[in-house]
Order: sequence, then structure tokens, then C-alpha cells
Amino acid sequence: MEGLKVSDANITLSVHPSKHTRVSQAILHEKSSSLFKFNEIFHGVVLAYDVNTQSNIAKILPGLYPYFAVKLKAKLLLFSPKPDMLLEGKVVKLSQESIHVIVLGFSSAIITEEDIREEFRYKTKHGKEVFAMSIELRSQRNGEWVKRLKDLLQSSDVVKHFIVSRCYIPDVCWINAVTQVPHCSKGMD
Amino acid sequence: MGLELPSDNAGFYEMEDVNFSDSELVHHVRDALKSVALGDSDSYDQLVGVMHHTRRLAPDEVALLVTSLKALSGAVSYIDVVHHESLLSSIFGMSMWNLGPDAMDALVELIISLAASNGKYVDSSLDMLVKNFMPPYYFLDTLRQPHGLTRKNQVLTRVHSALKDITDLVPLAPVRLLPIIIQNMPSMYIKDPEKSTQFPIVIYVENMLKLESSAIGELVGNTILMAVVDRLIDLDVEIGWDDNLPDESNKGIFEMELEDKETTDNAENEASELQGEFFTRKSLGGNTNAEKLDSLMVLTFEHLESCDRGGRLIEVFETLLQSFQITVLNAYKSKFAQFVMFYACSLNPESCGVRFPSMLADIFTCSIYPPVTRMSAVAYLASYLSRGKFLSASLVASMLKRVVDWCSEYCQIQDGHINYKSSSSFLFWMPGHHVCALLPYEINDGCSSTQIRASPYAYRAYLEASIESIKVNCIHYKKAGQVCLPSIVKEFLRQAKAACLFTVSETFVFNDMLESELSKAFGGMERLDTFFPFDPCLLRNC
Repeated sequence: MEGLKVSDANITLSVHPSKHTRVSQAILHEKSSSLFKFNEIFHGVVLAYDVNTQSNIAKILPGLYPYFAVKLKAKLLLFSPKPDMLLEGKVVKLSQESIHVIVLGFSSAIITEEDIREEFRYKTKHGKEVFAMSIELRSQRNGEWVKRLKDLLQSSDVVKHFIVSRCYIPDVCWINAVTQVPHCSKGMD
Repeated sequence: MGLELPSDNAGFYEMEDVNFSDSELVHHVRDALKSVALGDSDSYDQLVGVMHHTRRLAPDEVALLVTSLKALSGAVSYIDVVHHESLLSSIFGMSMWNLGPDAMDALVELIISLAASNGKYVDSSLDMLVKNFMPPYYFLDTLRQPHGLTRKNQVLTRVHSALKDITDLVPLAPVRLLPIIIQNMPSMYIKDPEKSTQFPIVIYVENMLKLESSAIGELVGNTILMAVVDRLIDLDVEIGWDDNLPDESNKGIFEMELEDKETTDNAENEASELQGEFFTRKSLGGNTNAEKLDSLMVLTFEHLESCDRGGRLIEVFETLLQSFQITVLNAYKSKFAQFVMFYACSLNPESCGVRFPSMLADIFTCSIYPPVTRMSAVAYLASYLSRGKFLSASLVASMLKRVVDWCSEYCQIQDGHINYKSSSSFLFWMPGHHVCALLPYEINDGCSSTQIRASPYAYRAYLEASIESIKVNCIHYKKAGQVCLPSIVKEFLRQAKAACLFTVSETFVFNDMLESELSKAFGGMERLDTFFPFDPCLLRNC
């Protein structure tokens, strides 16, 4: 799965003077409020962080309220998908026109009908919605070609690889995607 | 909306002649949407017209609307924010309260598809659903009738399940939902339409509380509860406090209440029997704020009950406690909102009922908090301990002990030289004053009496300590001209004598008070000396 990376960052955080006795709490609060949001500077969504203060001395900034600047060294786990990356997600909803997938538990992805490969056709089997691909199999019986429908995509169980075509990640983390190789965790029987 | 529907829709859907399949309809809609960018918007305009026409529909118009909505659900990926702005605004402006169940289902399906198809529509979809918490104004009065209630159930179940579905498809939707809910709360300062008996805020809060107990509630519940309590306080402070009370009415309250003791459940009924009640029914009757507050309190109480049944009361109580500390504690003489805390404590006396007074006692004894907050805390504490019949005597005793210990420590620190004008001295006489007020209840209460007889030494000991502090109080304030509320002191004396706790010599200080001092106007910090927050005479409906 592409799009995940760990990066080192040097961060300078401005802490309000009222928090001077509880600086570490302020830092943690600030960092955790920026989780799961797209960060312009890092070009990605911060998923996890590990921060260390560099020194005990902080510079007091000029201004109406004397904030002080705390220098931090942080390791950040970032999620920044770009077009043509291969991603993995869990299918949550299937319909004629679209497949809805959730990536990494927080990011929604949609594969629209025009992007779904031709081999996949929408069917309702046993009351459940599936996307099926028909392939040709050589059967032992009389050497005939037998067509078999394989259930390749069912809702909620299957993990699917797909390629990113468009990204939209302001607050809600959106990915438009294209289906690619049907690499499923469920084996083909 | 003024848009003329074409008289025959044959060009768009031919319902009578040909049966289009679903996919053909979807393709038709897609073509209509795509052609807008190319300049041809006839079919698109027809579609927008169908969306706008939602009230008082004939059956075939209903069918047309349902079909259009379903076809649109299939074509959401073709909807463009710029080109199809009028379509989007008409969809997001639709009110489900006007529609029948089929059309509601189709609309909800469309909204969910829109929200799940593109991140740009999530906010508008959530906003549309939240706006549907409340019916349009012309619908408000029909809510009382059976068909109004049916419609309400139909709409609200669909709205809440739609919110849940959107959250399943878009995991971060609750983050966006929270500010939308808070912003859409009906403002207090906009006048409601005349003659409406139902208030939009009541229905809105009903929905908020329903959301709090739903699956999404784990993520948004805290902020929702705090917003509800904020609104209770806002309404509370709008209701006027009658300041023109003579002292006799205070006396009247004490005497009457002590004579006819009832359980807490019926305590509120005493309101009509008390002579000195602060609010007459006449003064509150026409007050819309009072009625709104009434309904909201009822809703909140019912919600707390359901939380208790679901076993969630303790978590909810933590949020309430936090909210109490931030808003209600510092609100000047909050009249009704604090009963939410009282009710929550009564539902779960062992943990919530203990947590609340502990928090109040902590605030009082901790010097970080400003003096007004601490005084307010001790006022709440004293009133809570006196009114809470569900509390164990040991809890009351331990809380009293804490307060009285603080007072005696203060005496010792000050070493007899108390500066009457300083704010910290107010902190001193406040608890003394409230302990005075409180003790008559304790003495009179059945179970406390057995406690007294069972462990007379312990009880006596701290009672004497409290008397000591009160004596010191009175000596000092005799000089400063500030006294405890005389009715309270007299009542305390009467009860104390009845319980035979004093010898005659100890009471001389009280008899020494001069009449002129008693009748002086009380200076106390913002008249908190008359503030007994949990007195039951104030509630009407609950």
C-alpha cells in the first residue's frame, strides 16, 4: 500500500502563557487536535506523532500576549496519496453506479461506474449485492469451456486494491479511485 | 417557488405510455446533467422544476418526484458543483416534512449518495438533514394531532438513520456534524410566530438528545449535552428574579416547609401551597421563556432517565458535571437549570450523588478558584445536602464536617482579627450562614435524628464546632453590621432548642442581637445570602 510514510519534522509550537506550568500537556493537546486533518505544510494527513522537546529553554515571542516558542522534534506518520498510487481499502457499500471503500478506517473512497473495469458486472446474488467477473475456465468435463461467475467483490468483507485517480482531502479525506488488479484477500476457488 | 411546470412532461418521462427501466432513467438524467455544460439545459430545467414542486402534490406528481429522485441517486457522480448549482440548492432546500414516506425514502437515499460521492457535498448534506430536525412553521401546530405525530416519527427516524448511514460511509462525518448542529440551534432572540404552542427549540433539543444516545453519540455527545445545558441557562437568566421580597416571606417558607414534610418527588407540589413563593403562576404563565425552559427541562429529565436505564448515566454525569462547573455554577442565581444536576444525582445516589457534593466541597476549599465561585459552590452544597432526601446521613455529616473544618481553620489563621470588608471574610460567613440554614433540615429529618441519637458525640462535636464558627460570625458581624439572615438564625435556634443540643448559656450571643442590626439591609456579595438553589418552590411542571 502506497501513500504512507514516516517523516521527521522540526516544529516550532507557540504556547500560550497560561500553559507555562503544563507545557507538555499543551503540546500533546495541540498535536492531537491536528490528527486526521490534512496539513498543508506536510502535504498529508497526520495519523500518528511522536514528539520530543529539544531543550528546556523557550524563546518568548513579542506581541500582545507573550506566547513562547517551543522547539520540537517530531516523527510523523503521514498519509498523502497521489494520483496513480495503489491503495487498499475495505468495501462498505456496493451499488450499480459505485463502490464505496474506506481506506485506513477514516478516509472515504469511491469508485464510480465509469472507472470500474468492464469485466465486473453488478449482480444481486442471494440477496446480497456483488460485483462479479466472468472468466473462462477449462473444465475437466468433456473438455468444454465452462463459464463460471466468480464472486469477487462482496460488501464489507473484501479488501480491494485500487488506483488513485483524484484526491480531495480538505477535512473529510476523499479519494476517487479506479479499480485495478483484482487482488483479493479471499482466494479464488 | 414561482417556477412553472411544463403542462405535459411527456418530453421527460412518459409514465403512461412507456415503461422506462431504472437504468434508462438514470442515463436520461445523466445526459440531462452533462448537456448543461454544453449549453443545452432544457431537460435540466425540467428536473429542477420537479425538485422545487413539493407541496400539496397530486399522486402522479408524487410518482414523478420519487422517480426523479431515484434517477438522480444513480447519477450523483455527474452532478457538478458549479454547473448544477440550482439543482443542488433545490435538493438541499427540500423539507421532508412535506413529503410522503416514499418520497422521503427516495430523498434520503439521494442525500446519502450525494454525501458519499464527493467530499464537497458532505457539509451541505449534513446541514440539510439537521435543518430537517424542525418542521416548517406552518406545520408546528399540527404536531399535536395524530397525523402530525405520525409524520414527525416518519421524518425523524429517517433523518437519524440517514446520519448514521452517512457516518458509516464517511467516517469523519461526525467531526463536521458537530459545528453544524450547534450553528443550527434556533436562536433565543428571534420571535416565534404568534399563537404557536410548540416551540422549534424543543423539537430541536429532542433531536439533539436522541443523537446523543445514538451510535454517533460517542463522538458528539459531550458537546451536544453542554450545548443543551448552555441553552437551559440562557433561558433561565432571561426569566426575571423577583427582588422585592420582604423578609417575612422567607420566614414563611421555612415554617411552612418544615411543618408539612413530604418526599422529594412531591416537593414541587408545595409550590402552590407556600405563601412566600417567589414566582406566582400568574407571573410565569404568559412567559414564553418559562414555557420553553419547562419543556426543555422535561426533555432533559426524560433523557437522563433513559441514560440511567441504559447504564450510561455515569459517563453522561461527568459531562454534566463539567458543564455545571463552567456555566451553571457561575451564573448569577440560576433558578432552574441546576435541577438537572439534582435529578441526575437522585437517579444514582451512590456514585453521582456523592460525586457532586465532593466536587462542590473541593471547589470551596481550594483557593485557586475566585471567591464568587467558591461562595456559589458552598451555597449549592448546603442546599443540595438539605434537599437531597436520597443522601445518606454519613455523607451529609462528612460534607458538613469538611466545610466546618475549613471555617474553624480560617478562624485560627485569622486569629480572631477578621477583616470584614475583605472578600475572603465573605467566604467565611457564607458557609456559616448556610450551615445555619442547613442544620434545621438535618435536625428535623427523621433519619438524621436517629443518627444523632446513635452517635451523639460525633454529631455534637461537629455541631459544636459549627456553632463556634457561627458564634464567631455573629460577634464579628454584630460589629460590622452584617448579619446572617435573621429568620434563618431564629429557625436554627428554635430547632436546636427543640433537639436539646444547647445549654442556655450558649445561646446568649444570639439573643444579644439588636433589632436595628437585624433590620439593616444585607450587604452580602450580590445577595447570595438568599440563594438557596435547590428550593423546590420554583418548579412548575416537573
